[in-house]
Amino acid sequence: MTDLTARDTLFSGAGSSRAKRRNRKQVILQGLGLAAISFAALMLFILIASLIVTGHKAFVQTHVTIEVHVDPEAIPVEGLPRGGFRDVLLASLQKQFPEVSGRSELRSLQNILSNGAQFQLRDMIEANPALIGRTVTLKVPVSDPFDQLAKGLVKRETPEAQRRVNDREIAWFDALDAAGMISKPINWGLITNADSRFPELAGLKGALVGSFWALLVCFLISFPLGIGAAIYLEEFAPKNRLSDLIEVNINNLAAVPSVVFGLLALAVFIGWFGMPRSAPIVGGMTLALMTMPTIIIATRAALKAVPPSIREAALGVGASRHQVVFGHVLPLAMPGILTGTIIGLAQALGETAPLLLIGMNAFITSAPSSPFDSATALPTQIFIWADSPERGFVSRTSAAILVLLTFLVTMNAIAIYLRSRFERKW
Amino acid sequence: MTSAAFLCLFALAILGYVWNRQAATAIRAGGARLHSLEGFHGFYALLTVLVPVLLVMLLWLVLQGQVVDSLLRSGIAGHLEGRSAGEVQLILAEIKSISRGMVFGTPEPWKIDAAERYLALTARAQTLLLVVVVVLSLVLVVLGRSKVSAEFRARHGVERIVSGLMIACSVVAIVVTLGIVASLLFETLRFFERVPVTEFLFGTNWEPQIPLREDQVAAEGAFGWIPVMLGTLVITVIALVVAVPVGLMTAIYLNEFAPRKFRAVAKPFLEILAGVPTVVYGFFAILVVAPAMRAFAASLGVDVSPNIALAAGSVMGIMLIPFISSFADDALSAVPQSLRDGALGLGATRAEMMLDVLFPAAIPGIVGGVLLAVSRAIGETMIVVMAAGLIAKMTINPLDSVTTVTVQIVTLLIGDTSFDNPKTLAAFALGMMLFVLTLMINVLALRIVRKYREAYD
Repeated sequence: MTDLTARDTLFSGAGSSRAKRRNRKQVILQGLGLAAISFAALMLFILIASLIVTGHKAFVQTHVTIEVHVDPEAIPVEGLPRGGFRDVLLASLQKQFPEVSGRSELRSLQNILSNGAQFQLRDMIEANPALIGRTVTLKVPVSDPFDQLAKGLVKRETPEAQRRVNDREIAWFDALDAAGMISKPINWGLITNADSRFPELAGLKGALVGSFWALLVCFLISFPLGIGAAIYLEEFAPKNRLSDLIEVNINNLAAVPSVVFGLLALAVFIGWFGMPRSAPIVGGMTLALMTMPTIIIATRAALKAVPPSIREAALGVGASRHQVVFGHVLPLAMPGILTGTIIGLAQALGETAPLLLIGMNAFITSAPSSPFDSATALPTQIFIWADSPERGFVSRTSAAILVLLTFLVTMNAIAIYLRSRFERKW
Repeated sequence: MTSAAFLCLFALAILGYVWNRQAATAIRAGGARLHSLEGFHGFYALLTVLVPVLLVMLLWLVLQGQVVDSLLRSGIAGHLEGRSAGEVQLILAEIKSISRGMVFGTPEPWKIDAAERYLALTARAQTLLLVVVVVLSLVLVVLGRSKVSAEFRARHGVERIVSGLMIACSVVAIVVTLGIVASLLFETLRFFERVPVTEFLFGTNWEPQIPLREDQVAAEGAFGWIPVMLGTLVITVIALVVAVPVGLMTAIYLNEFAPRKFRAVAKPFLEILAGVPTVVYGFFAILVVAPAMRAFAASLGVDVSPNIALAAGSVMGIMLIPFISSFADDALSAVPQSLRDGALGLGATRAEMMLDVLFPAAIPGIVGGVLLAVSRAIGETMIVVMAAGLIAKMTINPLDSVTTVTVQIVTLLIGDTSFDNPKTLAAFALGMMLFVLTLMINVLALRIVRKYREAYD
């Protein structure tokens, strides 16, 4: 019976319910598709938003401006660069708070200033010893807990026992603020300082320079090797066992986990060749091995896109095969090759795991001056800061990630520009 | 000194270029017909100088350290007698740091002597290198000049050298693969000398802590990789549960239903998601996802581990979404238009055409993409290093904390590593397993993808 009714409905206009069902199915599928894309978009949005929300605060740094009387008693000319810079700074702070006395109170008063303040004063006086005996105006970072307080990351409502600054310290800080001594300028230290144990002093200079050297080495090795290999495979290689083997190898290398390249570098470059640990040159060589397949694949695609008519015309007027490739095909393929290379280098810039294995996650407080010095790189610096327990490093990590993402976006934008500006459609 | 050698080499090579070119021009001016253009005569000289001398220099720089070390060691052989390899390494490092002017405490006089000897040896090696480079380059320049004549086939010579260089570049890919296999295999075999293979492959206990000193009381290290592998599987499965449905749905929508404009916006945005470095995803996992999951579980009254596997796995899943969607999109696009037209012509809705015709036809390509995603997830390092746990447990509970192969490799190798310690070598054994596993999956996936593509061509 049910069979019959089903057939009835099909012919009696009620078939539209079946059409409805079929259409509903399509609507559901489309809805699922949109939901999937929205989910991915939402995740990207949360990722970027959370980085900006936590990171934007690290782009300013709370400073305190103090009048420092450089006491010749505490800092004698002949004693430079040693001297009681700390005490001089404390004395000038104490002028603001005459009621503060006692060792422990004085020490906590001093803790308002960053540990780097004394070195800033020292460098200033060392550069100009004539300042001794005079009063100088000094703008120094405040230490991390007070920076957090000023940025509202340490809440005043939280009970005193759970806060990193107690009520008395807050009162001092508010007094300084009321006196107009607190300011929040742009935190150039984030890019002009090297790493530090103190969040308020830590910057990315060492990591930026380290990444620059590593990428330079990576480019110098992978670009010629990749182009050479790609030209040979695309234009000259005979179809034989060797070229098949090379091709299989390149495809597999492109999919080998990055940490395995780190193991290779550790065993071969550092273990067997005895190259220095933590050095950007080793990092660059490792990244070069990983970038090479990307460049080879991009170069081959770019060479393939040059129409055969160009080759035939050049051969027809008597050029040798080498002259055809180097004089005509390669220049025409260059925009595509450069695009692929920049994208490969952008990937290399974000690569972390192999650099960890060769020790580019060391704590180094000065920027490297050559590719042979110990250094960190941007992504490893992010890893180090993400691992640090101090609260101040959370926003610095986000800020460092924003810096890294800026570089990646810029590199990709350059690649896209090159592609749209110079690539010819045949 | 090394840079001086490089400079001399480049100067001499350019000199050779100019000299040969001028010689060729002179011959031509004399009325003779040249076989090759003047430029090729120049390049011939340039390449015949540059290539061999650069090779010699690289070889020299690689070997110099070893030779100087062994000379240094033989110089102080009396003091090194009866010491272990590790101690000898330490002494050599100390001597080198003294030679760089970093003196800690008061070293024994023989060490200071050795440091001076080391400096002298290095300086002598550098001078020797400079002399060798200059003499060799000069000889090659003169040799190249003597070849210039009207009949000399300079272009053929240049092209042969360039071809050789390009083949060498291609062979680097093979060399790298061999290097990976050799280094992993070598260290893994040393590991299996200390720890039996069966214990590693079938042991269910992973505790790589070993006593650092002889007298230290600590548990004997246990090196059974099963719990580590189990953790890797848990995280991979979580990642795929997130990535496969979302990635496939995205691909289906973009491929068939999305308006052209929407597609033009969505594609680059997926590329951004794919271009975010993994260390950023790792930080995202510990900054946002893990706390959110913990808070949610706490509101339900469930107690979860701080390094919850679900957080690392789902963030890895987000990372894999663009990967899977682009593979699936390619696979769907590769299905011939005739199949689409046929299905629509028979009256199928677009959803039916997609689910009943296109999708089944694209399955092999999609499976290949998912397999590549699996190998990506197994080999992914930073997300799990930052967000997953360190302790290996025999558990498949996604709310617990698990560890992965890559986490163990990184934690075993961060910090001081010496190559005579089962802890370090264990990392290489894990790396070997990781390499073999991902290689097998990749080969399988690439084969499926390729076979399927050929079927429609």
